[in-house]
Formats: sequence, C-alpha cells, structure tokens
Amino acid sequence: MRNSPVTNTEHRLTTLDALESEGIHIIREAIGSARKPVLLFSGGKDSVVVLHLATKAFWPGRVPFELLHVDTGHNFDEVIAFRDATVARLGLRLRVARVQDYIDDGRLRERPDGTRNPLQTVPLLDAIASNGYDIVFGGARRDEEKARAKERVVSLRDEFGQWDPRNQRPELWNLYNARHLPGQHVRVFPLSNWTELDVWRYIERERIELPSLYFAHERDVFDRDGMWLTPHPSVRMREGDRATVKTVRYRTVGDASCTGAVESDASLIADVIAEVAATRITERGATRADDRLSEAAMEDRKKDGYF
Amino acid sequence: MTTTTTTSSSLLRFATAGSVDDGKSTLVGRLLHDTKSILADAYEAMERVSRERGGDGVDLALLTDGLRAEREQGITIDVAYRYFSTPRRTFILADCPGHVQYTRNTVTGASTADVLVVLIDVRFGVVEQTRRHLAVAALLRVPHVVIAVNKIDLVEFAQAPFDRIAGEVAAHATKLGLDDVVCVPVSALDGDNVADRSTRTTWYSGPTILDLLETLPNTDELAASAADSGWRLPVQWVLRPQDAAIAPAYRDYRGYAGLVVEGTVRVGDAVSVQPSGRSTTVAAIDTADGPLDEAVAGRSVAIRLTDDVDVARGDLLSSTAGAALPTRNFHAHIAWLAQRPLRARERVLVQHGSSFVTAMVTSIDGILDISLPGGTLDASIVPGHELALNDIGVVSVQLAQPLPIEDYGTHRRTGAFCIVDPHDGNTLAAGTARASAPGTGADGYVSI
Repeated sequence: MRNSPVTNTEHRLTTLDALESEGIHIIREAIGSARKPVLLFSGGKDSVVVLHLATKAFWPGRVPFELLHVDTGHNFDEVIAFRDATVARLGLRLRVARVQDYIDDGRLRERPDGTRNPLQTVPLLDAIASNGYDIVFGGARRDEEKARAKERVVSLRDEFGQWDPRNQRPELWNLYNARHLPGQHVRVFPLSNWTELDVWRYIERERIELPSLYFAHERDVFDRDGMWLTPHPSVRMREGDRATVKTVRYRTVGDASCTGAVESDASLIADVIAEVAATRITERGATRADDRLSEAAMEDRKKDGYF
Repeated sequence: MTTTTTTSSSLLRFATAGSVDDGKSTLVGRLLHDTKSILADAYEAMERVSRERGGDGVDLALLTDGLRAEREQGITIDVAYRYFSTPRRTFILADCPGHVQYTRNTVTGASTADVLVVLIDVRFGVVEQTRRHLAVAALLRVPHVVIAVNKIDLVEFAQAPFDRIAGEVAAHATKLGLDDVVCVPVSALDGDNVADRSTRTTWYSGPTILDLLETLPNTDELAASAADSGWRLPVQWVLRPQDAAIAPAYRDYRGYAGLVVEGTVRVGDAVSVQPSGRSTTVAAIDTADGPLDEAVAGRSVAIRLTDDVDVARGDLLSSTAGAALPTRNFHAHIAWLAQRPLRARERVLVQHGSSFVTAMVTSIDGILDISLPGGTLDASIVPGHELALNDIGVVSVQLAQPLPIEDYGTHRRTGAFCIVDPHDGNTLAAGTARASAPGTGADGYVSI
C-alpha cells in the first residue's frame, strides 16, 4: 500500500476509484447489519480483490470476519499454498469445508464426468448453517454469466440456501437491504459491477499478489473438448489423451478437473490486461466446463444455493 | 472497444425502459454489438439459438434474456446489468423489463441511473407504459431522459410520425417538470442512429444514442458543477480498532467510515452531527492509501473529528452550512413495489442511509394519475385510500426516532428512502421525501 498523501483535486472519480469506493461501501454496509459474516475465499483473483477491499474498508483495523473455502479436493496446490499464506499474512481465520469428507462418508457421490464443482453446494450450505453465518461475501461479478447479470448486490437465500430469481427484492439507490429471517442468509457481492478487465486493472494499480497460475508458465497439458486441461490426480486421462508442453495461463482458478488453461505468453499483469482487453471469448466460456453443461447451467446451480 | 479505454475514463450508469415488444432488448443488443462488446462465443450461442428457433439472422434480444423462463417465454423478467465501454466512457447498463407487472424493476434501475433511455414504438407513439416510465423519471429526478423512437424502418424512415411523437413527449415532459428530454429516431434492428449515424434519416441532424451516452454529464459531474449546497456523509461504521489494530500506533484510532454521498468534504470543515445536532470540525480524511485533503461525492473514506463527540452507525455528518436537520414527520412520494397493498396507519420500517427506523404511514394522501389530467404532477393526485403494486402515491410518514431526511429535489441521496416490511424484511416501496411546507412541528423537530 502507498503511504504518501493522495490529493484528488479533480472533481471526478475514475472508473476504478468509483468501483473501489462502491465495493468498500457495500462491505461496510453489510458488516454493519451482520451478526456473523464470512467471506468465501478460494485464492482466486476475485475473492482476493474482495479481501483487499475489506482490508481498506476497515483500515487501520483488521478485517472483522472469517474466511471460508469449499475445497473440492481437486484444487491446484499453488492456489492452496497462496490461500494459506494470505490468511496468515493478514492474521485471519480460515475454515475449510471439504467435498472429500462428504464423498468419503457417502453423503455425496462422485459424478460420472469427474467434475466436483456442482458438489460444492451441499458442504457450503452445511458450513453456513453450522457456523451460523448470516452474511456471506462472494467475489461473483455480473459480467461473468447471464444469470449472474440479474442478481442483486445483496441477495437473499431461503432456509434451503436457494435463490429465487423471480422474487428478488428491489435494490434502490445505494440502500442495501440485508434484513433476513432466522435460517435465511444473504449473499453479498461487492464486485457486482466490475468486469474482468476492471479486476485486472485494479490488481495492477494496487499491486495485489495472485497465485502464479494466472501468469504464463510452461505446463503439461492435453486437449479435452477444446480446453487445455493439465494432468492432475483428479483428471481421468482417456485413451488418446496425450500431454504436451505449452506456455499457458489460467483465466480462472477452480477445480483442476474442469478448469482449463489458455495458451498465453502473458507473464506480467500488463500483458494479461492487454490480452483480456483483446479477447474475443468470455471468461467462463473459455475455461469452465461446468458452464458448458447447458444454457441454464449457472442459473440451476445458483437456485440450488451455489455461489 | 475496450482496448483503447483508459482507466481514467468516467463511469455512466444508465437504464433502459420500454413496453412489451418495442424492441428494448434488441436496442441493448445493438448497442453492445456496435460497440464490439459482444464476445465471439456469446455471439455464436445467439446465432445457434436464433437458428434453432427458425429465425432469420441473429436475434440480439437473446443476449440479455438470462433466465430460463425469459428465454422460454421470449420476455425479460428482471433487471439485467450489462457492462461495456468505448474509448470515451465506461457504462453500466440496467436493462429493465417492460411488462406492467415489472414496473418495479424500472424504479430499481432508474434509482441509480444518470440517464434513462425510454423506448417508444414509432407506430404506436406514447402509451400508458411510456407515461409511467416518464413519471418514474420525474419522481426519481433522473438527470437526463433519452427517448429512442424505435422501428423507424417500419414507417419508411419518415419524419412526420417522429415529429408527432417528439411533440407529444415534449408536452408530457413539461407537465412532469422533466427539463432534459431528447428524442432520437432509431432502428434498433438495423442499427440506425444507435451507435452509427443513419444515412436513411437525412432529416435528422441530432446526436445518436451513443453520442448522448458518451457526452451527457453523470450525477457526480453535475453535482461538481452545481452551486455548493454542502456535503453529506452517512456514518456506516465506527473504526475503533483497539486490539485489532494493524499496528500499535493505531490502537486508539477513532474514525467514522462512510461514503461521501453529496458535495466535497475538506479538512478543517465545520461539521454538524445528526440527529444529535452536535458541532465539531473535520480533523482528517483518511483512507488506507493515506490521508486526503478533500473527498468528492462517490468516495469511501474515514473522517476523524477534532472533538470527542458521540457518533454511531446511522448518524449523518454534514457541513454546518446548510446542515441536514432531523425530522419526525415528513411527506413523500412513494412507488409501491409489493404485491400486497399499503393501507393507512400501517407500521413499517424506514431505511434511510445506514438506519432502519420504525415508522407509521399515517395517511395516504392520494395516488398519481399518470395520464396527468391536472396538467402537472402535483395537480394530478387523485383521492385513494390504499396503494397497489406499481402505484405512485403521496403519503405522510411519522418516525419513532428522528432522521435527517431532506427534500429529494435538492438532496437526492438524503431525500431517498425505502419502506421495509418489519416482519420479513422485504423492501416494499421506494420513497422520495418532499418539502411541501417545511416548518417546525409540535415536537420541536422540523417537518418537511
């Protein structure tokens, strides 16, 4: 963080200034009405930016909430290491809900396609209920996907964690209504109005650290339905799958079984920004097999209580 | 296209509204398409679905219909937010559905909008929904209204029907007190006068829709150039880290965190704290990146005060000159957004800034007839005893505790409030306080 005094004599906020201030306002507002707040933190860039905004919102105090990660058991080691280092650096408390535990004791079953992203919903809702979280922050953005484009900044979930898209509360001016009944909770998305490019430009401006996967590196990859997957214990290789070394990076970091890399030479933030600005493929379309399941894949998962 | 946008560009929030089938989703799709904001895979998905439905060409409306029910029924249900940019500006678009039963979404979209774009089908002219959308724009004081007179291709690009509608709109806007309304002839389907100037409306020399969106000043820019009427900062959180301080030097730090919602606050400014009425001075304006000399509207900061006064979440800090004053009784316009009706003497919660206060709607003083039979908004309030979904009413409200609610016409942020159901927490209405006859009430508080 910069320490020199900043003077803004111009009567205008830049887009990034406006988005940062809006995000901080949303976080402070939600915390003001929370009994037990939590941030869903995966070590991915969006949750890293939300955490960064929270450190600014409560400066010079520590961030006043816990972090929760729903671990599919198929995450990249680099990302888990980054997650733990970040938590330690900020002196925060992290809880981890493990999909593997649910598979081991039979509450969940592995899907035939091997992807575990849809399996995160049950451990997430159990963790929210058992810890009594009432305000759950997430890094979702409206520009990611069509169903997300319709979600409120402060979004009510019923007793079953479900989102009812046809019966959302009107959200007026900058008045955010996080009131809810016992058993319900609200999801709060401070980055609702940010685009992928805004997130990257902000990461550059603020010099925010990210897992190394986001930048170009050499890696063994193989082609699976038009995506570059990497050999990983969670990925079942099929006959004919042949790994080759390519220079790639990840646009999103999720479950290794369904998150693909993109070929890229972007090794610096500035390169990534140039690449994102010039891209012709949406973030999720390029790299997430789970969103390709159907036209309404995200809507269905959100209704069931997904992030 | 995004590649040439600089990070110093300003942000414009706009909303689109229209009635069923006037081509609003197509206009939005057209804006995104012509500003090259649609990525290849999203475009291919639209092409595929358009083909499957047996349509000719690409149905741009598919881009915004994000929910399954919307795609199945071919209508838009909920506000969809879209993001795009041009070299001149970054845009946040709230795309609001047209059906009467979803008018509440237009209210939602318009509440944050710098510009409201209203669609009119050139063949049908001003219809009831148009009048409703213009009334919402007037009530919420949206700074600019742009009327897209659409489907101009279906009247052979003729000037006469456009002129007739523009005249009708201008007359209605005058009655509502809307002073910045511009009409543009467009074909959303073909792209005429959306992003690119049409060669088929040679009689029209005004701006395109995108020209207007790129150049109209946003709310913060307007406020900066307006006469100084003081600043406002609702306190969201008291920063008192004590043992949770990030460094020992901050153990005894005490700052008041919030968003500057109006005006510019400067170090040394005299401060009035409401509702307590205490006076003090701004000692410092802090951010995690270092102190500021001043903070403009739209910036989140923490304020330190020179005196040890009692300030809590929900309080309002304002400049002493033109200070906000607490009130317990006020009149307001409200847009009723719930299925169940509102009746007089109902107990509700009023959400204002960071406060929720118990309140009673002491009377329903009338309902707006959106056809404006009285010639003005104020003269078109007809008698009524309850408000139904989508009604705009005039009500009197009594608060259990005083709040610094101000006239919405002069203080958009501190004049805005919501009515919330005390039982389930649902948001029931959007309200704008109005100063009809300010004065001091029997309880010693200002009445507005």
